[in-house]
Amino acid sequence: MAELTAKQRMEIPRNEMPAQDAKVRAGNYLEVALGYSEETARAEAERCLQCKKPKCVEGCPVGVRIPQFIKALREGDMAQAVAEMKIKNNLPAICGRVCPQENQCEGQCIVGKKGQPVAVGRLERFVGDYELQHRTCPLTKAAPTGKKVAVVGTGPAGLTCAVDIAREGHKVTMFESLHTPGGVLVYGIPEFRLPKGVVFGEIDYATQCLGIDIRTDYVIGRTLTLKDILEEYDAVFLGTGAGLPMFMRIPGINLNGVMSANEFLTRVNLMKGYMFPEYDTPVKIGKKVAVIGAGNVAMDSARCAYRLQAMQAKEGEKHEVHIVYRRSMEEVPARGEEVHHAEEEGVIFDLLTNPVEVIDDGKGNVKAMRCIRMELGEPDASGRRRPVEIKGSEFDMEVDTVIVALGTSPNPLVFVDADGLERTKHGTTVANLETGRTTKPKVWAGGDIVTGAATVISAMGAGKRAAADMHAFLSGNGTW
Amino acid sequence: MADTAAATGYKIVQKETLSDVTKLMVIEAPQVAKKAQAGQFIIIRIDERGERVPLTIADYDKSAGTITLILQEVGKSTMQLGAMNVGDTVASFAGPLGHPTEIKNYGTVVCVGGGVGIAPIYPIARSLKEAGNYVVSIIGARNKSLLFWEEKMKAVSDELHVCTDDGSHGRKCLVTDPLKELLESKRRDVAHIWAIGPAIMMKFVALATKPFNAPTTVSLNSIMIDGTGMCGGCRVPLTEGAQFVCVDGPEFDGHKVDWNSLMSRLQFYKPEEQAAVEAYKHKCNLDIAAEKGGA
Ligand SMILES: Cc1cc2nc3c(=O)[nH]c(=O)nc-3n(C[C@H](O)[C@H](O)[C@H](O)COP(=O)(O)OP(=O)(O)OC[C@H]3O[C@@H](n4cnc5c(N)ncnc54)[C@H](O)[C@@H]3O)c2cc1C
Ligand code: FES
Repeated sequence: MAELTAKQRMEIPRNEMPAQDAKVRAGNYLEVALGYSEETARAEAERCLQCKKPKCVEGCPVGVRIPQFIKALREGDMAQAVAEMKIKNNLPAICGRVCPQENQCEGQCIVGKKGQPVAVGRLERFVGDYELQHRTCPLTKAAPTGKKVAVVGTGPAGLTCAVDIAREGHKVTMFESLHTPGGVLVYGIPEFRLPKGVVFGEIDYATQCLGIDIRTDYVIGRTLTLKDILEEYDAVFLGTGAGLPMFMRIPGINLNGVMSANEFLTRVNLMKGYMFPEYDTPVKIGKKVAVIGAGNVAMDSARCAYRLQAMQAKEGEKHEVHIVYRRSMEEVPARGEEVHHAEEEGVIFDLLTNPVEVIDDGKGNVKAMRCIRMELGEPDASGRRRPVEIKGSEFDMEVDTVIVALGTSPNPLVFVDADGLERTKHGTTVANLETGRTTKPKVWAGGDIVTGAATVISAMGAGKRAAADMHAFLSGNGTW
Repeated sequence: MADTAAATGYKIVQKETLSDVTKLMVIEAPQVAKKAQAGQFIIIRIDERGERVPLTIADYDKSAGTITLILQEVGKSTMQLGAMNVGDTVASFAGPLGHPTEIKNYGTVVCVGGGVGIAPIYPIARSLKEAGNYVVSIIGARNKSLLFWEEKMKAVSDELHVCTDDGSHGRKCLVTDPLKELLESKRRDVAHIWAIGPAIMMKFVALATKPFNAPTTVSLNSIMIDGTGMCGGCRVPLTEGAQFVCVDGPEFDGHKVDWNSLMSRLQFYKPEEQAAVEAYKHKCNLDIAAEKGGA
């Protein structure tokens, strides 16, 4: 193709990504978004203006070299595109699927100021998937330094830190309490949005290239404590996430049929409950489900619930899933694409609605949920308009399952025998956001354990910064 | 992924049949044995399709690096595990989980074990005995064939009372009977009571000790998934609010537990558990038929 002018590039419409039909996919667990073909990817790449001062890179928490990888992609040099990508991002097939691009790279894209931004996320996914299949760019590592590093937690923060620090030649051991690595990527985010084959592909590839040892079934705080680990390792990174579910303090919250989103998603995703009894772990879902909350976790819960119902329903049987959220659509925190997909699939949104009680059927099971209508008042500290109750507007919603997706805080187990490791009143670990250093010498932390529930890419960014500082510490004079 | 244990699994090194439906298994897991203490539990997962099953630690051997489990074959996973043999391996084995029992010299203590609960009460009785307590143990089961470890319990107790519901062995009574008698007689000043067994038994032990204000610790076996505090599926309502059995327990003050809620939660997945058992039995029968057909 002859070189295009900027004007011509801006005239190319954004390429849609093919997806499974909404009706069909609402009854299966296969991936919804199908990814670009090579042809479409190259056509989309033509839309990039190759800005001298790329705004998109500023929008990326890890500073992916976006213009460079897109240029290589449109020139058909995939190995180069992968190499450019991997300078900053070791897990592109994952990020391409789950990053909130509209608030990051794509939100800053100049092309997007007048029309639709370049589909950076979709291109990133294309490059990541290509690499998982072709493995053109194995990660390499420096000569062994003789130093030993422990990484606790195998979510995006831990994985990124482990990979970066191993590349510097340090010997890395990862500890994971569950039976499989991946963190939220495996137990939380469903198969239809992020296939587990992709996650394990990325993890195996990186850990095998670099000789990283992953010890599953190690619950830090129990099997080993931080104190034990510090006796054996030169440095430790804590990336144990924010896995502790919060329940609302309303009557009836402990009834049968009320569960945390974590329980529901773990049964479905980690334990493959949707394939019960082929897989051992069952997951019970009612005919009418209320999901409380409207973040990514709530969207994933609602969409999983809808699929489960569809798979279990008899011909013609009706089933419903409601998102119950106390603010309005404008404040919904989930990724745009997920809200869009959920609506398409048939999830009902009950906005400006807040639960006040879960009602018993007399046998300890959920029969209904009492809610109150809300309206938006003055802006609160977060800048969002505060929802206030409309007096006397209570009503009962008939439901048999309630899934609570109202956030999580760090799991305190890892803090056993961790004297000197300071925490905030929210249970998060105090750490320097630039370096990841905690208040305890030789201990770094990053990801959801520091920020509270956030995003995959911000966890990766924290893992990366901690690895850089850790390497400087290990190769320097070791002052804290 | 190069971890030796996780890559090759955890080996069964010993197996004994204690009763028709009760098996003892000794499993090699040095990292768990190293830290194990009385009152804690582990999570086991048999294979790639397996569920995560919590089982209480019945004994441990730090030098051999092994954990002893006692299983009652009531569900699909316990049946499948019970059918495994020495040399076989399980895919995951995580622990020790939960808080250990607070062992110290209380004076006179009572350890009540019902049914398969005899297994976890044993290391507690032993540790309490080692700490210098006068240990009164009460063990019970529906009938003689379900009782086990009588000798072992005797060896770590100053007094042992054995009960069966049908009188086929020991005294024909419920475990709460000798307990009430002891408390009423005031022949010893009972400082603390531990009870482990079916929820209904623990409920009645707690009810029996309440009028005497005798501190009573129970070990709860709610439905778990991860066992690490991540899901809240194991939560149990206490008078001061719900707590997670896997990380806040498994031991709780028996006088504070909302037993009806706990028992209702334990029933919630019964239909699915039954379906799993039937599917498993069906599959075993098919396997046997196939073997016969092949021979
Ligand atoms: C359902 C759901 C959907 C989401 N969707 C998105 C999305 O679309 N886009 C996005 O950017 N973000 C999304 N997020 C948020 C994102 O997944 C998290 O912010 C991110 O995974 C945090 O990474 P982390 O490495 O800090 O922690 P985690 O991913 O939580 O990993 C922590 C790991 O540590 C382990 N661990 C915990 N305690 C211990 C211990 N004591 N010993 C050993 N191991 C331990 C855990 O088992 C886990 O494997 C979603 C989250 C959820 C729950
Ligand atoms: S089993 Fe999940 S929190 Fe206890």
